[in-house]
Amino acid sequence: MVNRTKKLLLKTAAVIIENKEYLTELDAAIGDGDHGINLARGFKKLKEKLEKENFEGRDELFKLTAMTLISNVGGASGPLYGTAFLNISKVISDNKLDLDDLVEIAEESIAGIQKRGKAEAGEKTMLDTIIPAAESLKHSRANKVDLETALNNCLEKAAEGMKSTIEMQATKGRASYLGERSIGHQDPGATSSYLMIKTFIKSYLN
Amino acid sequence: MVNILIISHSLKIAEGTKELAEEMKQDEVDIQIAGGINNGELGTDADLIEQKLQNMDYKDGIVVLADLGSAVMSFNMVKEWLPEEKQKLIRLANAPLVEGAVLGAVEASLGKNLEEVMATIEENSIINKNNL
Repeated sequence: MVNRTKKLLLKTAAVIIENKEYLTELDAAIGDGDHGINLARGFKKLKEKLEKENFEGRDELFKLTAMTLISNVGGASGPLYGTAFLNISKVISDNKLDLDDLVEIAEESIAGIQKRGKAEAGEKTMLDTIIPAAESLKHSRANKVDLETALNNCLEKAAEGMKSTIEMQATKGRASYLGERSIGHQDPGATSSYLMIKTFIKSYLN
Repeated sequence: MVNILIISHSLKIAEGTKELAEEMKQDEVDIQIAGGINNGELGTDADLIEQKLQNMDYKDGIVVLADLGSAVMSFNMVKEWLPEEKQKLIRLANAPLVEGAVLGAVEASLGKNLEEVMATIEENSIINKNNL
């Protein structure tokens, strides 16, 4: 189980590194143009550490991910994703995850990001991807949907959430300085969150 | 004496702000900087902020001046890692970076306490530049 999670984090690092240019282009349109560069720097370091070390439990893996991103990203996404992963490390077990666990992980991620960024839904941030994804998981749990369907629905809602940022005006972060001119562009943070969620879900379903 | 930490995305801004503030100080205030990442690239280095807060003398307090988003966010996160007693003595000023640092350096070097330095910075660092 620990090895699978390590593979998942390595895959996440690879996906972020592959999308470095894309995320940076999105950020150049409405921010300081470093989201892809920053995240790729952090995940490259994570990849090196994951390959070198052995881990006892999933909590260790997520804690390492958190601290590596905090220390190496250099932009707001470092503390934001770092705190989300740190929160996940506090609740994750080494057992097979069920829908309750996934809801808890999603809620802890949101709590971590909100603690640092003080953002709400609708402000053109990573939360506009993650909150709809979390709501979808909760909805599936309430309706006793099977895990595979729940994860597919969650991914769909995450994608819709990401795309919904195009029409939003940014009120947090560097993009907020652009005011109305931030409308019409997809948020880079919402996009990197989608890429991570997609990687998690795809690898879980395989 | 109250000491000062300047946090900026840019090493040059941090160095320049420190230079301006030091020109005004009346006595030995310790003004430290955490500017940029990787020796000159733009960004915020949480480890460097932590290292500065670990090593600075904080017994009379540390006033922190920070610039944009992730500088503030990284500082708040690092501060939470410190012991609670120390957290109380480290305060982020709600003020523009340069004016806050210069005012802070003057006030701190005059021997004002943490509350006094913070109050002066936060009340007086927004300057009406059309009436100078």
